[in-house]
Amino acid sequence: MNQSILSTLFGGRSGAWGLAILALILLVAIPLSLDAFRLNLMGKYLSMAFVAIGLVICWGHGGILSLGQGLFWGLGGYCLAAFLKLEAARSIASEASDQNKALSTVGLPDFMDWNQITELPWFWYAFKSFPLTMLLIFVVPTIIAYIVGAAMFKRRVGGVYFAIITQALCWTMEILFVTRQGWTGGINGITDLRTLLGWDIRSSGAQTTIYFMTASGVLLAVLLGRWLLSSKFGRLLVAVRDMEDRVRFSGYDVANLKTTAFCMAAVLSALGGAFFVLNVGFMSPKLVTIEPSIYMVIFCAVGGRMSLLGAVYGTLAVSLGRTYFSEQFPGLWYFLMGTIFILVTMLFPDGLAGIPNRLAPALWRRIKSKWAREPGSAVTGGAKP
Amino acid sequence: MIYPHYALELEELTVSFDGIKAVNGVTLYVAKDELRVVIGPNGAGKTTLLDLICGRTRATEGKITFMDKDLTRMPEQKIVQAGVVRKFQTPSIYPKLTVFENLELSFPRGRTAIGAIFFRRSSDVVDRIHAVAKEVYLEALLQTEGERLSHGQKQWLEIGMLLIAEPQLLLLDEPVAGMSVREREQTAELLRRICQGRSAVVIEHDMKFVRRIADKVTVMHQGRILAEGDMDTIENDPKVIEVYLGH
Repeated sequence: MNQSILSTLFGGRSGAWGLAILALILLVAIPLSLDAFRLNLMGKYLSMAFVAIGLVICWGHGGILSLGQGLFWGLGGYCLAAFLKLEAARSIASEASDQNKALSTVGLPDFMDWNQITELPWFWYAFKSFPLTMLLIFVVPTIIAYIVGAAMFKRRVGGVYFAIITQALCWTMEILFVTRQGWTGGINGITDLRTLLGWDIRSSGAQTTIYFMTASGVLLAVLLGRWLLSSKFGRLLVAVRDMEDRVRFSGYDVANLKTTAFCMAAVLSALGGAFFVLNVGFMSPKLVTIEPSIYMVIFCAVGGRMSLLGAVYGTLAVSLGRTYFSEQFPGLWYFLMGTIFILVTMLFPDGLAGIPNRLAPALWRRIKSKWAREPGSAVTGGAKP
Repeated sequence: MIYPHYALELEELTVSFDGIKAVNGVTLYVAKDELRVVIGPNGAGKTTLLDLICGRTRATEGKITFMDKDLTRMPEQKIVQAGVVRKFQTPSIYPKLTVFENLELSFPRGRTAIGAIFFRRSSDVVDRIHAVAKEVYLEALLQTEGERLSHGQKQWLEIGMLLIAEPQLLLLDEPVAGMSVREREQTAELLRRICQGRSAVVIEHDMKFVRRIADKVTVMHQGRILAEGDMDTIENDPKVIEVYLGH
């Protein structure tokens, strides 16, 4: 039993080590070595790691390339931002400030007031309740992903065509959110978020706490991903990716399996979007459109699209690189990014995760042969239980 | 009048692709326990016939019945669940998974997404996998990745993947293509063994192999059935010699 938990959740001994090292980096090394501003940046990056973890499941294993994960990330973010905005509007209404006097309809989000909306739109009502908002963060992206997945996969739309459609959807959402200014805050998005259930999320103490929440969330997402991928479902995804017809003619509803994987990736993305809002205190349509969606795929590719841990490292490495280089050499970043992407796909298809995976067994064998002096004992076959 | 009870009944089956009738008014009955071999020149519509039965291609006209179930419009996975399984011409196995995992995914349990997440590798599953692996000569290779198998072993693995689902009708498209003489003999033995108590439709070109396994042979030519009967009748049929065997 212990053995099976160890192997499913932690991926055996090497998987447990990998997770422990990541936990040490995220929860100890990074908080100790960075100032509050940089730590907040890391929290922001980590909120995108959720998307990369979702892509490892649906793209790396299931072969479903989505170039529109920003859509789900954005939906999760907007759900939480809507709740926080209503809370902020209530707190503005309760204080007698200039801001209050400038509004004609007190208690409504300011952008609605600026757009001559005097009553809360019906779909905003759910965001008055915290439990309902939490639920919607999961439910809204699942429903959208289910509709898209079911419609596409039942008609056997896959590969590049699916990728293009997801991208178009992402763009549609951006346009929708930009043009419905009174409902969504338009191009500015939902800004000036203040408190979460009375807890001021803007203070630096709160920001540190939120960083730890995000980091723990990422670690939990990795565990969840491991649990899913180590089940038969995980192997089925690989089977669907490599030989879809064989799976179909083994009695499985392939469209259903793919839709499920796509929904899982969507939920993980949405969760990341919600953490992003907590970290940065706003949500904008520019963050959910095509460009960030493609970045998310690059995170996953650089990290190694089969590796859950790699997804986290990939996200951090590319995001840090982006921040560093765009601060130092603003014009050069895009060329560098392109070069990295080409190099990864051509030379290291396993991404960052491929480096230890390729080196570790050789290293391990060397250590073992030094100590045991028994050539060939390192490799043991035998049936898996 | 007594109607003999058939397992598989194809009636007036026609499929046309842009006006070209790949299968044209085919009527075919396969009995329970029968191993039927379909032969014929390239483009005769043999593979299309199997595609029609397993639901990969839909019939323009006609009806497919298996064990009194109408398969004509049934979704593919339902056809499999009704006991009809298909082996493809080029071996279709999961290259990145081991032989064990290949067989495990074909085990008929946990076929929904939720079912697959909570699927447990219980001892009956493991025992069954070992038994099937032994049957298809792959017991020693259970932990080998699919892509590392030889061509013949891949063919066997795919047959094993069909077998583990306990099917009632096997549709095999060229099961000995690319096999050595020794492997062909082993496969003939294997097919005779596994077709006990179930029906099979096999497409094959190797006449020596056909002679070893077939109960009855159907010859197809240009989408139609040209002749049908036991091997001796077929080999002496002048029409068959002209379009197929004579070449």
